[in-house]
Amino acid sequence: MIVQAVPLPGSPAVLPPTFDVHIPLQLTLALGPDILLFVGTMGLMLWAAWRPDSREHQRHVGQASLVLVLATMAMVIAYQVAHVTAGPGVIAVDAFRWVSDLIFLAATAGTIALGIDYNAREGIVAAESHVLVLFATSGMMLLAAGRDLMILFLGIELMSVAVYVLTGFNRRSARSAEGALKYFLLGAFSTGFLLYGIALIYGATGATNLTLIGDRIHLYSLAGTPLVTVGVALLLVGFGFKVAAAPFHMWAPDVYEGAPTPITAFMAAAVKAAAFAAFLRVWLEAFGDVAYQWHDAIWFLAILTMLVGNVVALVQRNIKRMLAYSSIAQAGYVLVAVVAGTTLGASAFLFFLAAYTLATMGAFAVVVALGNAGESHLDIDDYAGLWTTRPWLAVAMSACMFALLGFPVFGGIGFLAKWYMLQAALGAKYFGESRPQVQLALMIVVTSMISAGYYLRVVTIMFMRPARADGGAAGTAARTGRLTEWVVGVSVVLLLALGLAPTYLVSWTAQSAPVFTNRPSYLLPTSAIPRR
Amino acid sequence: MREFLLSMGYDRWILPALLIIPVLGALAILIGAAAIESPTADGSAAGVVPASAARFARWTALVTFLAEFVLSVGLWWSFDPSGDGWQSLVSVSWISMWRVNFTVGVDGIAVVLILLTTFLMPLTVMGSWTSVREKVPTFYALMLILTTGMLGVFVSLDLFLFYVMWELMLVPMYFIIGIWGGERRIYASIKFFIYTMVGSLLMLVAILYVGFHVGTASASLVPDFSYPDLLARIRVSPIAARWLFGAFFLAFAIKVPMFPFHTWLPDAHVEAPTAGSVILAGIMLKMGTFGFLRFAAPLFPSAALDPTIRAIILGLAVVGILYGALVALVQPDFKKLVAYSSVSHLGFVMLGIFAFTQQSVQGAILVMVNHGISTGALFLLVGMLYERTHTRQISDYGGIARVVPIFATLLTLVALSSIGLPGTNGFVGEFLVLIGAFRTVPYHTMLATLGVIFAAAYLLWAIQRILFNAMDKPRNATLRDLNWREIAVMAPLVACIIWLGVYPEPILRRTDRAASTFVQEVEHGGGVDKSGGSGRMASTAGVVR
Repeated sequence: MIVQAVPLPGSPAVLPPTFDVHIPLQLTLALGPDILLFVGTMGLMLWAAWRPDSREHQRHVGQASLVLVLATMAMVIAYQVAHVTAGPGVIAVDAFRWVSDLIFLAATAGTIALGIDYNAREGIVAAESHVLVLFATSGMMLLAAGRDLMILFLGIELMSVAVYVLTGFNRRSARSAEGALKYFLLGAFSTGFLLYGIALIYGATGATNLTLIGDRIHLYSLAGTPLVTVGVALLLVGFGFKVAAAPFHMWAPDVYEGAPTPITAFMAAAVKAAAFAAFLRVWLEAFGDVAYQWHDAIWFLAILTMLVGNVVALVQRNIKRMLAYSSIAQAGYVLVAVVAGTTLGASAFLFFLAAYTLATMGAFAVVVALGNAGESHLDIDDYAGLWTTRPWLAVAMSACMFALLGFPVFGGIGFLAKWYMLQAALGAKYFGESRPQVQLALMIVVTSMISAGYYLRVVTIMFMRPARADGGAAGTAARTGRLTEWVVGVSVVLLLALGLAPTYLVSWTAQSAPVFTNRPSYLLPTSAIPRR
Repeated sequence: MREFLLSMGYDRWILPALLIIPVLGALAILIGAAAIESPTADGSAAGVVPASAARFARWTALVTFLAEFVLSVGLWWSFDPSGDGWQSLVSVSWISMWRVNFTVGVDGIAVVLILLTTFLMPLTVMGSWTSVREKVPTFYALMLILTTGMLGVFVSLDLFLFYVMWELMLVPMYFIIGIWGGERRIYASIKFFIYTMVGSLLMLVAILYVGFHVGTASASLVPDFSYPDLLARIRVSPIAARWLFGAFFLAFAIKVPMFPFHTWLPDAHVEAPTAGSVILAGIMLKMGTFGFLRFAAPLFPSAALDPTIRAIILGLAVVGILYGALVALVQPDFKKLVAYSSVSHLGFVMLGIFAFTQQSVQGAILVMVNHGISTGALFLLVGMLYERTHTRQISDYGGIARVVPIFATLLTLVALSSIGLPGTNGFVGEFLVLIGAFRTVPYHTMLATLGVIFAAAYLLWAIQRILFNAMDKPRNATLRDLNWREIAVMAPLVACIIWLGVYPEPILRRTDRAASTFVQEVEHGGGVDKSGGSGRMASTAGVVR
């Protein structure tokens, strides 16, 4: 796993050292939470296979998975509090990683909790579904930790393969199978792009370590050479697929609609966040010098993603498809942070992902709570009159919608996330010089106006339309599971409480970002760098 | 009185208290109502609120609003009319990383509008005592949260806080219209929400942009949103100032509403329940004009004084005055008539503000207060009538003065004050605006004067068709006159109509300083770019002619 730096002829001896493989204890320490989660997951897999499938077994494995996730979270928090950090190596040990891990783990905990109730209702007895979620989470944690393209690739594959299976987990549903196949084919396709890009970058720089790549591009003025240009472009396509940025988003709505709802929540919240964490790290650590090439490309991707996601969401009637397009739109907002390319951008990035994860988890939890056996009642119109029959669910869903819309107080932290993102856009820099991205900021608010059209429609239907004659989701849904209620409650309470008292989260995300400031060229003015 | 209040530290706690009390009241209503409902929750059908919970909600709301009013009245005395700067200032760090503070304070304009708000709110609660029957606790909880938002807008001295409060108003009103409104309530509530949000989101970008351009802020990445800081050290290029002013303008012009942005207003006002209409017309429309006075013009004086921009705004104000009045003239629906009359009245406010003279600005503030009282009273009266007959069509009435004499008397009096009859409050404000504006923009003012005549036409004609004429609808013969509760609601409003018509001096004294500061800020700030503020004013007036 450890890639040795191969010094090019004539290279000075100032290359940063690779991770010291002779101190396994340090490596072990750096990977502590990952090891805990992975070993625990292995054990759970064995336990899941040990006993015959039954409802109780499914629930017990789910509960054990939940405990494992919470234990890992505790360990990550301990690392975060103890400020465990290390210099450059193949495994990044920094605050950015710990905060990202916490976001993934929180989403995983929500997914498993929802999954236990969902499986019980749908009659799914295979306990492996929870274990697969844990495998995917291990992959995500690797993604946040990887400072080497090979590690990142391992992480992406570990995550993706588990999620392909999870998408098709509901074997009795044709849509689920269709979604899984589609996701697998397109995912494999995008992995091809990713690998090809990695190969070209390695060919150009002789390294897969992000720090080395960045240094060598800088030292040997590799920016603009065909290999690097094509390599960066291919990696951009690959990551574009993973984060579902337009025009690489085509798979998302079908897959989101077909997958079991807890898994949809998982994909929208955690998978996307993990892909983004890796994306940001690769771009700002390795490709700082090439910014003049990708800067405009990502700028266009961001604009296109915001527009496509928000406009197409307007015409969706199915709540899962609507949320899928909404998550595409939100990916567009996150891309703004990459364009901003500052410490402020990186902090806004983390803050936005935290807020987005909470709101998405809450919204999907309500969808799970209201879905009936066989995933009926997924039309937005089914929610008519929800306020009279299930007032708390209606209030919770509204809070999530207002959060995704970026509305203050009623949407809690959602507004702060958008405010932070706007701050990042207006405080953006380009090769060390201030270059406010006013167009991007305006695009964020213009598309937010568009998004009011579909987020608000959910609220309007829940609160202002009378219940349908057949009762819709409001009248006929089975009793919501205890764990689903917990997921809804915790997400919404956190969402609203952090909206009023965000100080801690703001300073936390702000302190977790500066890891990228040690990457020179994109962040500091360098006259040697070619410019447009 | 002032000494007594200050000895209690009134200055230091009143503004936060005014913001927090309604929220506590709302929580008390929701929790209390849930506690009352729960024993019968199994037996009663879902959604039906037991009468005891509704009664509890009404009384809690009324008591909270009365407490709020009683507390806020102290501002009338504790505010020092001759003092400079912000009074009752409280500043607490909120999100220190973003340099966002919870900063509140008042000037003369804010004091008057705060008192208008706390004065109207208990009356709207009493006015909707029997007309709101469904989901009563939620209705009153939303009204209370709405109050926090409205007061918050008036007192915020931090642009982040201001934006939060500005948006905080939106959601409760959206629910109030959408759940308790008339037949087309869903359409009206969504239109209201989207229109307002479109304007305010552009303002959000403008606020952030301004935050990055304070003093030498370019050195640091952390923007500054403190309003006094911004006012003193804002650094934007004239071109940028024009765009920023445009963003603020859009947000405020939609809220006012100025002429081409007014189309949400008739829908929202007509479909809203009575309490919603009163709050919308009485208080929320003032947010827009208050925004111009507090933020848009003082922050970007060069844009506000720009001849083209000013000509457009003044032109739209006059078009609004005439258009609103003419459209009101042909409305068959009485509530819609009152709604369009608001477009006309708010045009006077805009004319007064953008005439930039001491008198016209003071007149504009007075029109804001008067419109709140008179139009609020008109909507309450329309609501009382609607509650009895369930129709708002003017043609469904006629000759009811003989059946409901008290109602007829009050409606006539309120209508006359809305027209601006000397001796009522309406006259003083509009007269001041016209006198003041005549000095800088005489032609606009002459046209605007026509608006007063049209106002007499549409209101008197409507009154004639409703109250007098022959009584040809038999079902009107059995109308009940106002009961004691309704008279108690109208009495304070009528008292204010007469008081401000005869002796508006106390309000003028309190707004005097703020108005002159406003005019100076705009003229002085505008004169920084091109030397000689007053000369620029004169040239501006010349261009407008």
